[in-house]
Amino acid sequence: MKLIFEKSVPGRGQQIFPECDVAVTLPKVPMRQTAPRLPEISENEMGRHYTELAKRAHGLNDGFYPLGSCTMKHNPRINEQMAALPGFAKLHPLQPEWSLEGALEAIATLEQDLCEITGMDGFTLQPAAGAQGEFTGLLLIKAYHTHRKDDARTEILIPDSAHGTNPASATMAGYKTVEIKSDEKGMVDLEDLKAHLSEKTAGLMLTNPNTVGIFDDNIMEITRLVHEAGGLCYYDGANLNAVVGLVRPGDIGFDVVHLNLHKTFSCPHGGGGPGSGPCGCKKDLVPFLPGRHTGEEGFRREAESIGDMTGFYGNFLVYIKALTYILSLGKEGIPDIARNAVLNANYMMEKLKAYYPVAYDRTCMHEFVLSLEKIHKENHVSALDVAKALLDFGIHPPTMYFPLIVHEALMIEPTETESRETMDGVIDAFIQIYNEIIDNPQAVAASPVTTPVRRLDEVKAAREPVLRYKFGE
Amino acid sequence: MATYIPNTKDEQQSMLREIGYQSFDDLFHDVPKEARVQGELDLPEGKSELEVRRIMEGMAEKNFVFDTILRGAGSYNHYVPAAVNEIADKEEFLTAYTPYQAEISQGILQSIFEYQTMIAELTGMEVANASLYDGASAAAEACGMCKDRKRSTIYVSDAVDPRILSVVRTYSFGKGTEVKTVKTADGATDLSALKEALAADPQAACFLMQYPNFYGIVEDADAIAAAVHEAGAQLIMSVNPIALGILKTPGEIGADIVVGDGQPLGLGLAFGGPYLGILAASQKNMRKVVGRLIGETVDSQGERGFVLTLQAREQHIRREKASSNICSNQALCALKASIYMSTVGPQGIRQVAELCTSKAHYLAAEFEKIGLKTVYGGEFFHEFVTSCPDADQLLEALEREGILGGLKLSDQEILWCVTELVSKEDMDDTVRIAKEVIGA
Repeated sequence: MKLIFEKSVPGRGQQIFPECDVAVTLPKVPMRQTAPRLPEISENEMGRHYTELAKRAHGLNDGFYPLGSCTMKHNPRINEQMAALPGFAKLHPLQPEWSLEGALEAIATLEQDLCEITGMDGFTLQPAAGAQGEFTGLLLIKAYHTHRKDDARTEILIPDSAHGTNPASATMAGYKTVEIKSDEKGMVDLEDLKAHLSEKTAGLMLTNPNTVGIFDDNIMEITRLVHEAGGLCYYDGANLNAVVGLVRPGDIGFDVVHLNLHKTFSCPHGGGGPGSGPCGCKKDLVPFLPGRHTGEEGFRREAESIGDMTGFYGNFLVYIKALTYILSLGKEGIPDIARNAVLNANYMMEKLKAYYPVAYDRTCMHEFVLSLEKIHKENHVSALDVAKALLDFGIHPPTMYFPLIVHEALMIEPTETESRETMDGVIDAFIQIYNEIIDNPQAVAASPVTTPVRRLDEVKAAREPVLRYKFGE
Repeated sequence: MATYIPNTKDEQQSMLREIGYQSFDDLFHDVPKEARVQGELDLPEGKSELEVRRIMEGMAEKNFVFDTILRGAGSYNHYVPAAVNEIADKEEFLTAYTPYQAEISQGILQSIFEYQTMIAELTGMEVANASLYDGASAAAEACGMCKDRKRSTIYVSDAVDPRILSVVRTYSFGKGTEVKTVKTADGATDLSALKEALAADPQAACFLMQYPNFYGIVEDADAIAAAVHEAGAQLIMSVNPIALGILKTPGEIGADIVVGDGQPLGLGLAFGGPYLGILAASQKNMRKVVGRLIGETVDSQGERGFVLTLQAREQHIRREKASSNICSNQALCALKASIYMSTVGPQGIRQVAELCTSKAHYLAAEFEKIGLKTVYGGEFFHEFVTSCPDADQLLEALEREGILGGLKLSDQEILWCVTELVSKEDMDDTVRIAKEVIGA
C-alpha cells in the first residue's frame, strides 16, 4: 500500500487552529528555511489510510497471540476508560499538591498493592518499561553496595536462559555480566552458581519461572547462596503471570523486583509500548529509590535517591489501567490468573508434545518451549517455517529462537484469558501444519501466502538501510 | 468480582483431569511449599465493573483540572485534534505487541516508518528511531551514544531542564561517567565558558543543550555548534517539536543528535506520561542509534514491505554488548504523534508555533506593563521568566480563579508558558489578577 506521503497533495489539509487573537510576534532568531514535508491530506483520506494500516496489523482480538514471555492477555475495556478520565488525563505533572489528591491516592494505592503482591517494602512507578525497571533495580543494588563502601562488587550473575535485557541492563549499570549455566532440567546449575559466587558478586538476576517455563525448585537455596556471598537477588518479573498471588518474590529471598504492568497486569502493549516497569525493593534499598514515591511519611523523594529514570512520574496513564485491573480482580482473582495461565499452558503442551518435542518434558508453568531441532534435521522445516505457516491460520506465531539454550525454539504462552475451544482450534492448526511437514514440507517453507506481504528480505533491509521515505529524491 | 478467565470452574477441573492432575495444588507441585503464599494476599476483595468504575471516578474527581494553564517546563498543554485518539485507539494498534512478525505487522511497521520520516523532516536530520520513553531518558541515551574510549565526559548546559539533567546523571551513575555542567549568562549557555571547558578537556564527548532552553530562550545554536565541533565533541540538541515549526532546524544548525519530548504532538498532559522520547541523528551516527529502527525492504514477490532492522545493535541479539537495553518503547505515542503531524500538516505545525510564540510575547508585554519584568534579554519562543514580588502569593491567587500560573523558580521568579489553548481573554484575566495581587 502507499505511504501517507504518497497520498499527500499540495494545498490539501485540515484546518485545526484558529486565527491568532493577538498581534503575530515571532522571536528574532534564525528560522527554518524549508517547511517539513508533512502529509497534506484530508481527514477522510487520512482516516482511510490508518484503517488500511490497522487491517494490516494483528491485535489481540484478531486471534490467538501466544508470544512466549510477552503475556498477551486480554486488555479489559474498563481500564481504557478509566485512564481516559479527565481527572487523570488532564493533569499537569507540576500542579500544586493540593490539586492532586486523587492522583496521589492512585499512586499510593498501586504502590501498596504491588508491595503486597511481591512482598517488597517500597516501589517506584517511574520506570517506563520492563528494561528500564531492570536498569533501575541494578542501580539500586549499586547504590546499596556503594553506600556500604563495598565497592569491589563488580559482577552480576545471569543465567544463560535470561532475556537479553538482563545482560544489557547490567552493562548500562556498569557491571560485568557473568553467565551461569542451566542444568539438564532447565534450572540454574547450582555447582556453576557456586563456582561463580565470590566477593565480586554484586547480585544475581533471575527470572522464575524462567524462560523455558520452569519454576526453579532450588530457589530458596539459590537466594541463600547469593546472600551468603554478600550479593543481592534481583527478580525479573517478566514471567510473574505464572505465580502472581501464589508466590511472592520477597518471600523467597529476592531483594529487588521489576514488574511489567503491560504483561501481568493487563495494560495493552500499543504495538511496542508504552509499557510500565515499576521497580520494588526491600527496606534496605528503599532509601535509594528514584523519583518521588509514597511511604510512611507521605509523598516524597528519598535523601539517598539515585535520581530519576524519566522526567516525571513514569507512564501514569498506563499504570492507572493496572490499578483498575487489581481493583477488579482483588485477592481472589489475582491468584486465579496464575492458576489458569499454568493450566492453559500445560493443556496445550500435553496436546502438542506428541507432534512437536518439548524442550523439557515436565510440568511447565505459564509457558513451554518446543524444540524443532529434530524436525529441522529430518524434514528440513525450521521453527521459522512453522511460525510463518501459523500466519496463514490467522494465529500470531509464538516467540521464535528464544531462549537461546534451546535450538529451533518455539515458546508458547497462551495466558489465562484464552478459552479451551480457542486453544483446541490452535492445537488443530499445529497438527495440520505437522501433517504438512510430513507430506509437503515445501509448502510449509513457502508460507505465508495469505498475508499482505510474503516473507521479507531482512538481509537487504540491514545491508542497504532505508529508514525514511525519500520523497522521490 | 470481575474475571477475564473464560473457562468455568468445571471446565478448569475437567481440563486438569484430562492432562493428569488431581488439582491446582498438584499442578503447582514444582513450587516448594515454603515458597508459596500462605493464606490470602492482604488486598481488598475483587469488585464488579460498576463498583470499580465508581472507585476510579471518585479518585479522578478528587483532582482539580485547571481550565487555563500557563505552566510548561517540560509538559505542554496543546490542543489534541479529534482524529488523534479516535484513530490511535483502534484495537489493532492499541493491543498489538512489538512487530516481531513482519508479515502480519505491516500496519504497525509502516506507521513507525512514517513516524521516523516525519521526525526526520521536522528536525532536519537524516534518521530517526522508532521512539524512546520520554525526552529526558532520550537525552540520557543520546549522551551514552557519544561516549567512546577516548571521549567520555558529558557536558550539559545549565539552561537544560533540571529534570533532564537529573535523568542524565542517573543514567551515568552506573558506569561512573562524568557529567559536567556549563554555566549560563543571562539565561542562556555562556558561550565563552563552554569554549573554555571544552578546550581544556580532550575527553569531552558531547554537549547537551536545549532549544528553546528551560527558560524559553532560543539559544544561539549556530555559535554553540561551531564551538562544540571545534573541540571535536558532538552536539546533542534537546528540542521542543512544536518550536521546530518555525525555528531553524537542528539539521540546518549541524547537530549530531537530536532528542526531545514528543508530548506536545498530540499526547496531552497525562500527569507526566506516557510521553514520547524523540531521537534523530545524522547519517554518520546511524549505526550508533539506540532503540528500534524500521527499515524498508521487499518481500519474496518484490513487493515493498517493512521490517525491524539493524537489530545487531539491540539487546536481544547482542546481550551485554548491546548499545542500550531498551526493548518496549512508546510505539502508540509515536503513532499519535504521526497522526497529529498528518492532521496539522506543514501549514498547521507552523501555525501552532506562531500562535504559541505570539501569545507568549503578548503576555510578556502585558506583564511588563504592570511591573512583572522579563528577566532575561534573549529572544524566547513560548516560555519566559518574569520577576515577581511574591511568587507564591500570585500563583495561589491565580489558582483560586482556576488558572494554573507559571512554575515558581524562586520566591521572586516565575517561568510562564503560553500555548494556543490560552486565549487573549485568559491572558487579560491573568494580568488583571496579577495586578490586583501585586498592587501595581
